[in-house]
Amino acid sequence: MKIGFYPGCSLEGTAREYNESLKEISKVFKIELEEIIDWNCCGATAAHSLNKDLALALPARSLALAEKQGFNEIVVPCAACYSRLFTAYSELNSEPEKLEKIKEIIQIDFKVTSKPINVLEFINKYIKPDLKDKIKNKINLNIACYYGCLLVRPPKLLAVERYEDPMIMEEIIKITGAKPLDWAFKTECCGAGLSVSKTDVVNKLSGKIIDDAINRKADIIIVACPMCQSNLDMRRKSINTYLNKKLDIPVLFITQLIGKALGLDSNKLGLQRHFVKVSPELFMQKGISSDSVSNKIGVEV
Amino acid sequence: MSRIGVFVCHCGENIGATVDCAEVAKMAKDFPGVAFSIDYKYMCSDPGQTLIKEAIKEHNLTGVVVAACSPRMHEPTFRKVAAEAGLNPYLCEMANLREHCSWVHYKDKSTTLKAAELVRMLVEKVKLNTPLYPIKVPVTKTALVIGGGIAGIQTALDIANSGHKVIMVEKSPSIGGHMSQLSETFPTLDCSQCILTPRMVEVAQHPNITLYTYAELESLDGFIGNFKATIKLKAKSVDHSVCNGCGECSAKCPIKKIPDEFNAGLGTRPAIYVPFPQAVPNKPVIDRDNCTYFRKNGKCGLCEKICPTKAIDFSQKDEFITVDVGAVVVTTGFDIKGTDFFPEYGYGKYKDIITGLQFERLASASGPTLGEIRRPSDGKIPQNIVFISCAGSRDPAKGIDYCSKICCMYLAKHAMLYKHKVHSGKASVFYMDIRAGGKTYEEFVRRAIEEDEVNYVRGRVSRIYEKDGKLIVKGVDTLLNSYPVEIEADMVVLGTAGIANPESESLAQKLHISYDQYHFFAEAHPKLRPVETNTAGIMLAGACQFPKDIPDSVSQASGAASKVSALFSQNELTRDPLIAFVNKNTCVGCFMCQSVCPYLAIEKEKIKAKDGSVIREVAKINPGLCQGCGTCVALCRSKSIDINGYSHKQVYAEVMSLFNERSLEYV
Repeated sequence: MKIGFYPGCSLEGTAREYNESLKEISKVFKIELEEIIDWNCCGATAAHSLNKDLALALPARSLALAEKQGFNEIVVPCAACYSRLFTAYSELNSEPEKLEKIKEIIQIDFKVTSKPINVLEFINKYIKPDLKDKIKNKINLNIACYYGCLLVRPPKLLAVERYEDPMIMEEIIKITGAKPLDWAFKTECCGAGLSVSKTDVVNKLSGKIIDDAINRKADIIIVACPMCQSNLDMRRKSINTYLNKKLDIPVLFITQLIGKALGLDSNKLGLQRHFVKVSPELFMQKGISSDSVSNKIGVEV
Repeated sequence: MSRIGVFVCHCGENIGATVDCAEVAKMAKDFPGVAFSIDYKYMCSDPGQTLIKEAIKEHNLTGVVVAACSPRMHEPTFRKVAAEAGLNPYLCEMANLREHCSWVHYKDKSTTLKAAELVRMLVEKVKLNTPLYPIKVPVTKTALVIGGGIAGIQTALDIANSGHKVIMVEKSPSIGGHMSQLSETFPTLDCSQCILTPRMVEVAQHPNITLYTYAELESLDGFIGNFKATIKLKAKSVDHSVCNGCGECSAKCPIKKIPDEFNAGLGTRPAIYVPFPQAVPNKPVIDRDNCTYFRKNGKCGLCEKICPTKAIDFSQKDEFITVDVGAVVVTTGFDIKGTDFFPEYGYGKYKDIITGLQFERLASASGPTLGEIRRPSDGKIPQNIVFISCAGSRDPAKGIDYCSKICCMYLAKHAMLYKHKVHSGKASVFYMDIRAGGKTYEEFVRRAIEEDEVNYVRGRVSRIYEKDGKLIVKGVDTLLNSYPVEIEADMVVLGTAGIANPESESLAQKLHISYDQYHFFAEAHPKLRPVETNTAGIMLAGACQFPKDIPDSVSQASGAASKVSALFSQNELTRDPLIAFVNKNTCVGCFMCQSVCPYLAIEKEKIKAKDGSVIREVAKINPGLCQGCGTCVALCRSKSIDINGYSHKQVYAEVMSLFNERSLEYV
């Protein structure tokens, strides 16, 4: 089966491991993620702060191209991309006048039929039903599932129940044998784009998230957003300096965790790419018969 | 030959600013049959009424059209005016230029033309009006009060003390309502039970009041002065005529873990119980949903064995009684949102986040902690407590747009009570605005802030979570340049929104009264008829109309009682004769009308031959029951039913008046 795939910028850069692990697990379920040809920037976050037409036109072009390629659904792993594409999808579907205008701007005639889905929806629909039968290594870890802001918000648009305390990831990882934790910072802000301009804000906000996860005895944090992952992982050194602590909890994408449960090779899942070392002992101790994780570019923290 | 008078009202600016009233009056002069036409600023004022009366006499008018506001507003006023001038009141009609025209259109020539057309329709109708005479009906001088909270108690006592009979129906085992759950009351801090319980006893002992507790209204038929109410008396499973209220059964009942409604879920109660020690009546009922005897087919029955007076009666059944009443007062109170309503406060998963009502129980001497402020999770005395006002209220995103009105005051009271009981403790209140409108209310809040040193923080709380046994309250202080505030609290009290009772919708349907978008019962007029509903003979009092405090509930209750007493001061009522009638000659006796009549006003009448044999059956309208809704008229296949004042002919004339040369010009 083929489904459309919109990687966005981060899955080709800072979140390569997200891309790799998503494709690896999809293969196990015989799903091919086919990239939208000539996709463009989703517009996050600059466009929608500056120009409403541009904010719609950018994601609309990718939606239109996907439609031309015949996709009913497009997997959009990045939460920010998903938010932009889904906003465009909903607005253009409910407001015909806007659609006419956008069609003129992007010079493509389309009907807005390709529906963007995020990774959690993708897993729920295509992976979760058969996941139990395909588990090779039971995961035996305490896990803090971190959603961040855009995966479940705005509630009016996404219609996620319990948007302040979602349980979607928890329900998925329970199947792998992992123990999801009840914690307080699931949907708190990681600092997002301030990562570049005001790193100290990220240190403070992400620091609290990591701190609470560790206080509640989490072994790892899992995420489904490249921005969250990079703030919690890549910024760890400066977070630790700020907090004057040595927090070494790894931050994995949910696709990597599922990949491990499916018995896939760590390097294929990109586990060697993390800044906070994903220690092979952690898996072995907790019962995952892990292959050794090479840690060539990971830094010790 | 008709001589119709047209009186166009400006209603100040309401109509006058949008419609050219002088022009409408001028155009009306030319309508066929119009003998007189004039406009005036306030037609309902004394000079306006005089103007109409004099015109009727001077121009010898045979009909009157007052082009003004809705007939709901002033039709009785102007019909009275017509009557005073010697005209049959039902020859006066109103064209609604306000709600149907000026309020819904911009100022424009076409708006004025529409107003003129509305007048033309009514002129054509009134030409066909016939004199009608009011129907007289007797009044049953007994009132039904639904709900035994403070509003119901006050209403019942006021009506009973003016010499009329009252039947009070309360759904729970005791009267007292929410007020009996409160600790102290603002702004005087007098004990709620101390001022309430004497009145509860008075209700029970009053010779004019019949009290049915553990009972609900099943249905209500009839009309003002002549209602028939069916009341469901739920099986108490205890014979109250024998029970001496010793309490032995409640003490020995093996089921003990039922969440206690009276303590807002903070304590537990047995399956056979009296809700609280001062309950009226102070005799138990069995909660059959939780009783082992009823759940497990006759097992247990311990209470029956130990009862010294043999009062336990498992075989009791729900009983239905029908009573005749002349008026109904609805005093069913309100409900509050639970803590599980708030995603950002943990969806109710933290035990130490409680509602204001639960705090009342903690602070009450009759509560689960005997008045000591102890938190539910571990019974410790909280040293740092946070109160959050507008928890749900004034929050359109959560669907509760309105201000619940009582929270600002009770949270100030809570903070004060806490400081009086825990001297070393710290109390903070997060608020949007402090709404302390009321006699000595503002002074009360200032006292909390200044004398009891309650920390008032102007800002919202974005999240509460648990960390190391503390509740971390994250908020913002908008008076300090939106500075983030974090308080490590031991307990949090939410001033949750007051909402309509869950049963309010079904009760409204039983009573045929209207309710608003939030399911609070609707008053007939928000300013001038605040205690009546749009259904004649049914009044409202207390928080079933909108959240309100004790003084407001009691005032409204006395208002409702005085309305009932005024109604009962007459021996007969006059009703509008705008009801249906049947043409016996054409009625084929299909009785479709009978099956659709919502008021059960249609009977069968036998048409007999000279020898007494029945030739056929036809429909007959009971004028006492018919409300003139017109459902039967619409359904009658042989067009044998018509309505006084709204006959087929009249409505047809109204519609046809629009299809004439002049009106076609405007299209």
